[in-house]
Amino acid sequence: MLAPGERAVIESFTDKALSLKLLEMGCSPGEEVMLEKVAPLGDPIAINISGYVLSLRRSEAATVRIRRINSVA
Amino acid sequence: MPAAAASVLTRRIALVGNPNSGKSTLFNALTGLHQKTGNFPGVTVDKKHGNFRVKYQGQLVEVTCIDLPGTYSLYPKSLDERVACEVLTNTENPDFPDLTVIVADATNLKRSLYLAGQVIDLGRPCVLVLNMIDEAARSGLHIDAARLSNRLGIPVLALSAREKTGIDELRQAIVAPLMPPAYLFSDLASVVPDVVKLVQKEFPGLTHYQALHKAHLLYSEAHPLQAIMDAAGFSPSAAQAEESLHRHGIIGQHIAACTGSQPARPPFTRKLDKILTHRIGGYVIFLLLLFVMFQSIFYLAEYPMTWIEEGFAALRGWCSDVLPAGWLTDLFTEGILAGLSGVVVFVPQIALLFFFIAMLEDSGYMARVSFIMDKLMRRFGLHGRSVIPLISGMACAVPAIMSTRTISSWKERIITIMVTPLMSCSARLPVYTLLIALIIPDETVGGIFHLQALTLMALYLLGFFMALAAAWVMNLLIKTRERSWFIMEMPVYRMPKWSNVLYAIYEKVRVFVIDAGKVILIVSVVLWFLASYGYGDTFAKAREQEAAIAAQITAAEAAAATPDQLNTLYQAKAAAASHKLEESFAGQLGKFIEPVIRPLGYDWKIGISLITSLAAREVFVGTMATIYGAGDEENVEPIREIMRKERDQLTGKPVYSTATGFSLLIFYAFALQCISTIAVVKRETNSWLWPGIQFVFMGVLAYAASWLAYVLLS
Repeated sequence: MLAPGERAVIESFTDKALSLKLLEMGCSPGEEVMLEKVAPLGDPIAINISGYVLSLRRSEAATVRIRRINSVA
Repeated sequence: MPAAAASVLTRRIALVGNPNSGKSTLFNALTGLHQKTGNFPGVTVDKKHGNFRVKYQGQLVEVTCIDLPGTYSLYPKSLDERVACEVLTNTENPDFPDLTVIVADATNLKRSLYLAGQVIDLGRPCVLVLNMIDEAARSGLHIDAARLSNRLGIPVLALSAREKTGIDELRQAIVAPLMPPAYLFSDLASVVPDVVKLVQKEFPGLTHYQALHKAHLLYSEAHPLQAIMDAAGFSPSAAQAEESLHRHGIIGQHIAACTGSQPARPPFTRKLDKILTHRIGGYVIFLLLLFVMFQSIFYLAEYPMTWIEEGFAALRGWCSDVLPAGWLTDLFTEGILAGLSGVVVFVPQIALLFFFIAMLEDSGYMARVSFIMDKLMRRFGLHGRSVIPLISGMACAVPAIMSTRTISSWKERIITIMVTPLMSCSARLPVYTLLIALIIPDETVGGIFHLQALTLMALYLLGFFMALAAAWVMNLLIKTRERSWFIMEMPVYRMPKWSNVLYAIYEKVRVFVIDAGKVILIVSVVLWFLASYGYGDTFAKAREQEAAIAAQITAAEAAAATPDQLNTLYQAKAAAASHKLEESFAGQLGKFIEPVIRPLGYDWKIGISLITSLAAREVFVGTMATIYGAGDEENVEPIREIMRKERDQLTGKPVYSTATGFSLLIFYAFALQCISTIAVVKRETNSWLWPGIQFVFMGVLAYAASWLAYVLLS
């Protein structure tokens, strides 16, 4: 799990049906994502991807394999 | 096209685009007030279409425009999306367009191009609109439309639907000669060649991509071709994933060639989000907003609602004076006009609620509400988007149920629709007030807690918790293969567009008045019949007696009788009316159901009220007034006194004891006594099944809970 402001690159998906939905929303492998915000109760989360913000539940986010980018913050 | 023969050329176009791409604003800008909303055949998905005319080289062209539900892709994930795909891919569909207008959000071109690419690959004439180009420019994003047009092989227009710039250019492009895309977006032949050839052989005339969609469709329907497709190594999800990756590659190249770098999210939205989705502040602001909304629906709507009711009452009085006496006039004034007033009286509440909802939706705030509420609601099988309907249900379930359309998952929407009427609506308030005043002492405990107010609050909480509990149970019972998503875009904040808000209000009010109105009208007429007719001599005598007293009153008024004399006559008339109601079909029904409601502590008089208030709960108060001969329906005070004195004929104890009172309160809190709600649920679910289940489950719940309350308290 990323911390708000942390960046990562999408590597692959573990859930077929969800991956199709996410692909359509612009989450393709190689795309850079940033954790924008976590909802007050800890779920769902909002990520910044290709210029816009997408919200999704933690369980849905868990089906995406990511590679952390060492942010030089 | 039949246009050749007609003097006016026609063209059919479809607008397709992502949610939040400004599609509806563009639709409104193109068609203005010449639009209609209906349902797609067989499903309750909004179908908006409108007409406009454009002059093209001296010839007038009549354009029919259909606004498809927002979608991210041509592979449907919800009912709404399925409809959009069906219209675009099925050449047999009556709405199949001559030209498709793809609406893209210029500030988010990358995602928009995904859908655009799919539409282009269908090989049919299309135009790409880069909407919100002004906003993109302001944030420093420049898109080379001409270059993009060259690369895509279709016309590309940059415009702003909100500012109404570039609309005329779009109109001209819409009526220009039809041209298929100069070339396809992607070379899918390399991705799944065998299946496409198979399908094309079976269904000649389909383009490559149409054939691929047909293959997906046939596969899901277990068509005979499925085995052959299997043998050819076709896997729908693998094919979709491959197509998707392929598209993203191409999109990346186009974006790199036609735009500068993607600018950051507007700082204003970021700042606002810090506050509106704050850990504590977010909920406080949301509660405040709800409070304002609730107050206006509850109190502000009160004024126009009173005017409407008084206006209809005056109209009824005038009609019965002017029209010749007889059953036809009675039917018109007491049945039809009363039914109409029952429909129209909801208009202010519906308009106000949808004013707020359209504002919240248009500004982008609704997505945040769902975001902060989703986790709480999910525990009960609801969705983040169920919050607004549930809260609105405290004003009136009718507009609340209409607002469940924003929930995309079928199951979550159905559950929300089913439990919303359990929230205590404003129609219950007169009933609650009357009964609470009857059984709860007007006392204060502990210095601050007013007992009657506490009871009222407890009833509202009871409804709320029962709604959550019912949702939780239904979540276990309803099985669906559809998955619940919360993959949702968080749009940037924008000022709501007034014309959009007004269109939304107008549309919801119109739909309610016409669709729900029909059912309400019919039931009102039936109830009028039950309450005004009876069989046998006793009923006829009761009616004659009432008519005789009415004649006496008219005579006495003409002769300028003293107020005392008049009062005696009014009381006599009220008693006669009460006797007539007792002898009517409704009264007989009340006696007939008495054994059933006896365990709850009710007598046949309450039975009549239960029957008449099936149409609307607030009718309870009026019926009580008629039964107990209090005469004036508006005057609650005397009814309460008469009811307090009422003794049971068998036991001699007061009828309205604490036990009966609570039993009745709980019955009115749970039972579905509202024809408007039933009509709206029927419309929104497009079947009688759901309102049927709802009526039964709420009825059983009301009966069981009332019985329990009566037994425990007596």
